[in-house]
Parts: sequence; structure tokens; C-alpha cells
Amino acid sequence: MNHRRNTLLVGVSRQLLALGLAILIVGPLLFAVLGGFKDSAQLAENPFGLPSPWRPENYGDVLASDTFWRQVFNSTLIGLVTTVLVAGLGAMASFVFARYAFRGREAFFMLFTVGLMFPFAAAILPLFVLLRSIGLLDNYLGVILPQVAFGLPITIIILRGFFREIPREVEEAAILDGCSPFGFFFKVLLPMARPALATVSVLAIVASWNNFFLPLVMFTDPSLWTLPLGVQQFQGQYASDTARVMAYLVLAMLPALAFYSVAERHLAGGLTAGATKG
Amino acid sequence: MTSPVLTTDEPNATNRRGGKPPRAPAHAMPTDRRRRDKRLTVAVFLSPALLLYGLLVLTPVALAMWFSLYSWNGMGGLPTDFVGLDNFRRMLSDPIFLGDLRRGGILILLALTVQLPLAMGLALLLNQRMRGRAIYRLLFFAPYVLSEVITAVLFTSILSPDSGLLNHVLGSIGLESLQRAWLADPDTVLMSLFVVITWKFFGFYTILYLAGRQSIPHELNEAASLDGASPWQQFRHITLPLMGPTIRISVFLSVIGTIQLFDLVWVMTRGGPVRSSETLAVTMFDFGFQRYQFGYASAFSVAMFVISMVFALLYVRFVMRRDTQGALTTMGGAK
Repeated sequence: MNHRRNTLLVGVSRQLLALGLAILIVGPLLFAVLGGFKDSAQLAENPFGLPSPWRPENYGDVLASDTFWRQVFNSTLIGLVTTVLVAGLGAMASFVFARYAFRGREAFFMLFTVGLMFPFAAAILPLFVLLRSIGLLDNYLGVILPQVAFGLPITIIILRGFFREIPREVEEAAILDGCSPFGFFFKVLLPMARPALATVSVLAIVASWNNFFLPLVMFTDPSLWTLPLGVQQFQGQYASDTARVMAYLVLAMLPALAFYSVAERHLAGGLTAGATKG
Repeated sequence: MTSPVLTTDEPNATNRRGGKPPRAPAHAMPTDRRRRDKRLTVAVFLSPALLLYGLLVLTPVALAMWFSLYSWNGMGGLPTDFVGLDNFRRMLSDPIFLGDLRRGGILILLALTVQLPLAMGLALLLNQRMRGRAIYRLLFFAPYVLSEVITAVLFTSILSPDSGLLNHVLGSIGLESLQRAWLADPDTVLMSLFVVITWKFFGFYTILYLAGRQSIPHELNEAASLDGASPWQQFRHITLPLMGPTIRISVFLSVIGTIQLFDLVWVMTRGGPVRSSETLAVTMFDFGFQRYQFGYASAFSVAMFVISMVFALLYVRFVMRRDTQGALTTMGGAK
């Protein structure tokens, strides 16, 4: 009896703790969602109550603005191209790292892993100078290519590990069937590696979607701006109209949250991959 | 760096792990032709990635070192006014640089003593059987997918002095004396930033620790429990040691992330008030892109790079030396 009451007590206190933290996470998000439905006067007097009356105008205005959709388009385009390139180039390099013996293989692989420790921020200024000299400022590629380059190390490490696990017999069989290395790579290896490709793609697209520093430096033309730049700019422009800023913010975070709810497994899996091996 | 030496390997290297099949296919081609084909395959598959990586990751680091030896306003083609190590001399006696280091140190210390233990506690909590565990996991991790900019704008509003949510909450529960202009007060700004950083990133570490915890076999805890070990003893002598590799990785990620902290700080405070929340990356941006002192700003880039590399090498050499190299794969850019 006593024992059972103790277990119950432990269970309840666990729930309370987890619930408290969940409120700390959800609270700010809910504040933003509801805040978007208020006007600024309401928001100042009554920041955490329900809006009264509900004012959908802020959301409506954002959804009706070309700027917002332009930024959604830019973020999507840059994210997709980055992902395709980083997964494609990463898979090609991982293929030879995993399945060919050649002189310098380990050294080249090390070169890529070292890149994980390079602080992105330290490369921003020289990247700006470099891309300016080849005319890629105010060009989608000016953001895409550096994102691909900095995404390669993690991609190659994950994919190389996966490619190594594919049994040699599979490759032998493919070659006996007259497959060239290219045929084996495209027709056999890539389809087999779909889960690993999904993981690296999710990592790449989230990183690209959230990138701020690089587009901030590379894009002066507002028609190229991505959502993070847009949110920041909108905050500056409507500093006194917090409700409007909240509406913009909420709509800007929806795609990421929607994507997260679908791809959570891959994201968590990719981020923790390997950390627990051995 | 961009033209790899793709010479062929000695024949007996082929049966190494990950190498080509040791036996040639039945309809074997002449050896040297096969070798040439292989070299070509390696070159074709490897060079695009290597080229891009060399040009856009390795070259910039070298360029930063070069620029840092010049006095340069960033205009025109290339720097010409060579000043040797003057930029570094100036930086090492610059109170801004020393302040950046101090603030970085404080943020790292706070992360290691508050953020990571909190994440560990949560991971252990979520490892228990409890109702709604999957939902909690989903919720705690959600802020990690929001961009730092969105997080920053959200919390700028929450922490704003007059209409902000936090001051309002404090007021409504009778704690008016605690109300502050959180981000405008040099005494509270760094702590406020740390709270926001924690809000955004603790879920990532929770997921990381949870994965580490779940890889420990149940039998160990069951056996210890049967032997009469208390929960604390089990944590201290089983869970903690076996999670060593995960913990060491998390510390590494936290430090490397903090060294290059920019987005959150830039959007929330621009490093202010009076530079009391400035970081190395913010100072670099300020000198480079706002005051056009590219040479001096490059010295800050080099400092960031050197600090990260020295830390990483020492850490990998002395702290993580027994951990698997697979552990490196989690460096997905977390703070």
C-alpha cells in the first residue's frame, strides 16, 4: 500500500516536472500565435489571455503580401538546391571513400572531417571577398555553394558509414551483371541508401532554411531575401507594432514546424547518429 | 589543395575493408586498363566535392589569415597595405576582444553547469516509462528547428520592458520588484541571452543524451537494483560512466557552438548595450561589414578559428581519445 502510494507520488511529480517544462516551451510559442490575433494595445494590456476581439487582419496582411511569399519561395529554392547538391556530391565522394582503396584516401577523408570543427562564422568575411571577386554577390549561388561546401563533412561521414555496410556481394553481383561503377552507384547503391540520404537531406534543408549569417552578408537585394532576413527586417520596420511582427513570425515558423512534425525521426536520428556507437 | 593526387594503389591493398573485391570478375580486363578505369572513377566521383570544399571551406580560412596581415577597407580587388602583426597586437590589447573572450567563457561555463545538466536530467526523466513521453520529446526538441532569428525576435518581444510577457507575468504574481529592461541593462543582458540559448538548444542535448542512455543495456541497472544499489548509486556508477562518450561530445559541441555565436545576439541586441553582450563573431561583423576595417575584422576571424582548432585538437587528443571516431558524426552545428 505504502509502496504503491510512493510510486504514484513519483509518477505525479515526474508529470508535473515535464509539464512545467512543456509550458516553458509552448508558452512563448502560444504567446506569439495568440499575439498575432491581437492588436498592439491588446497585446500590451493582456499579453497572455485570449484575444478579444480576435483580429485576423495581421495574419491576413502578411498572407496577402508579395514580400512574404517571395521569401518563402527564396528559402525553399535555396534549401532544395542546397540539399540536392550536398546529398549528390556527398554521396559521390562517400562512394569512393567507402568502396575504393586509393592512395591518400584516409588523408582526404580526414580533410573533410576536420571541416566539422571550422567555425562557419570565421569564414564569412573571406567568403564575402571571394564570392564578390567571382561576381556571386546577390546571386542564389552565393548562398547555395558555401552551404553545400560546409554541409559536405557531416554528409560524407554519415553516408560513408552507411555505404560501408552494404555487403560486397551486392557489388560483385552487379558487376557480374555488367554494371559499370556508375551504374552500380546510381542503380544499386543510391536506392539502397534511401534512409541515409533522407537523414542527410533533412539535416541539410533545416540548416539551409535557418541560415541567417550567410544571406545577411551575400544578399543586399531584398528580392533575394530568405525568411530569416525577412523576419529580422520586418521586426525593424514594425518595431512598435508587436502584434504584426508576431503574425509574421508565426507564419515564418510554420513551414519549419510542419516539416519537423513529419521528419522528426530523421532529424533526431541524424543528429545523434554515431554518438552512441561503441 | 584542389588537385588531388589520385595515384593508383598497390595491388594487395585491395582487400582492405571498404576496398574493391579482391577477386576480379570472371571476364577480367587487362590489369592496367582496369587500374586506369578505377583511377578515373575515383577522380570523377571525388573531385566535385573536393573542389567545392577546398575552394569554399579551406581557402577562406587561408584568406582570413592573409587579410589579417593588412590594413584594408575591403574595397577594390585585394589588400595592399601590409602591416605585419599589427592587427593582432591591437586585438590582444583591445578591451572589446578581451570582453568577447570573457563573455564567451561565461556562456560556456553556464552551458556546462546549467544547460547540459538540465538536459541530462530531462533525458533521464524521459527515459522512464511515463504517460505522454513521445509528446514531451517532440515538444522539447521543437525549438531546435526554429531558426535563431525567429527565436531571437520572439524573445525580444517577450523580454521587452513595457509590454513584454515576462514583466507582465512578474507583475501579475506580485513580483514587480524583479521587473527589468532585460536586454537593455548591461547587468542582465548576458543572462537573458543565456536563457534564450538554453530554451532553443536544451532539447537537442536532451535528444542526444536520451539516445546515449537508451544504448545502455537494461540488465546492468536491473542487476544493480537487485544488489540493492540506490537510484543515485546506479546513476553515479553505471549511467554516468557509460554515457561518457555522449557527454564528452555534448561538451565539445556546446563549446564550439558558443565560440561562433552570432544570429541570436545580433538580432536581439546587436551586441549591446555598450557591447555588454558582444561575441567574437559580432565584433568581427561590426568591424568588417559596418566599419570596413577588413584587416582588423579578419584578425577576429583568425582568432575564432585558432581558438576552435586549438580547443578541438586538445579536446580530441586528451578528452575524447578513447571514444570512437563515429562519435564525430554528431557535429551538426549545435550550440
